[in-house]
Amino acid sequence: MAIITGISIWIIPLFILIVLLTAVFKKLPAYELFVEGGKEGVKIAFSLLPFLVGMLVAISILRSSGALDAFINLITPLLAFLGIPADVVPLAFLRPISGNAALGVTTELIAEHGPDSFIGRLASTMQGSTDTTLYILTVYFGAVGIRKMGYALKVGLLADLIGLLASIIIVTLVFGR
Amino acid sequence: MVNFIWAFMAIVGILYAMVNGTMDDVNKALFESADQAVKISIGLISIMVFWLGIMKVAEHAGILRILAKILRPAVLKIFPDIPKDHPAIGYILSNFTANIFGLGNAATPMGIKAMEEMKKLSGTDEASRSMITFLALNTSSLTLIPTTVIAIRMQYDSAQPTEIVVTTIIATMISSASALIIDRFYYYKQTRRK
Repeated sequence: MAIITGISIWIIPLFILIVLLTAVFKKLPAYELFVEGGKEGVKIAFSLLPFLVGMLVAISILRSSGALDAFINLITPLLAFLGIPADVVPLAFLRPISGNAALGVTTELIAEHGPDSFIGRLASTMQGSTDTTLYILTVYFGAVGIRKMGYALKVGLLADLIGLLASIIIVTLVFGR
Repeated sequence: MVNFIWAFMAIVGILYAMVNGTMDDVNKALFESADQAVKISIGLISIMVFWLGIMKVAEHAGILRILAKILRPAVLKIFPDIPKDHPAIGYILSNFTANIFGLGNAATPMGIKAMEEMKKLSGTDEASRSMITFLALNTSSLTLIPTTVIAIRMQYDSAQPTEIVVTTIIATMISSASALIIDRFYYYKQTRRK
């Protein structure tokens, strides 16, 4: 564990060091190249703006109206019947839609049930093992102007579902209920 | 598909707010979230400028090519329609590496750059096979060490804040593997139809 956190801290500075050493060694105009690449970054960040505004506003309408909560309440008993703990159902639905909302729910669950409880461990694992599918889709496809997404969303959401079920099974097996 | 989902979320929300009497909240959330989206985009500028700048130097220094060369066999298996020496592979690998070490803000610029290179290959505004594969792997999360979650657990006095690392890694591996399998399934389904 200590080794891996150590690597995480060192990897960026080391990478920069290697890049710059190689550039100097090869007599490249490092600073000019950096600025040139950076300009692209400005362009991409700005071109992302409308995509993010559009997506986050639609998600916030759905959440703030209470429609999402109502839907989750409706479906919770059904999922509980299938062995999915009722407490983590909101997290399961929010995780692919909104990263911030999911993190908020995870924090709440850990605070309420305790980090070392079954729900606390399950929420931790669920939060860590999947990503915000809708955000990634918006950002990556938005930035390069992909209009027809094909089957990308289907694949992303199905993988989220499998990740969720896997989390429940694994946490149960490793820590017990 | 995305047009439908986008409109659907907003329409359902507004209709539900009419019945539920939460129009106030919707009104407020609307502008707050727009504001938040702008803040996220502005926040991305610093990261994007820094990383795309460094990566430009790395590309010219030949580091991306070296990285691509080492891990090429695995990546070529996953992305069969990208030519061997294409810069896309270097960016894909940088994105994966950043993800694995939990460097989320380095992963995004490299991911976008990888997408851009893949778009150059396909030349249309339609998502190509490798783009979808790349996206599927990213959405299933490649993170090995969930640093944010560990931080939250520490904050709430967990006896073993890092004990969830193992379960997270296993769950991540399962979801990434299934992302790859599902992606292949839809790809072959699509090509058979054509």
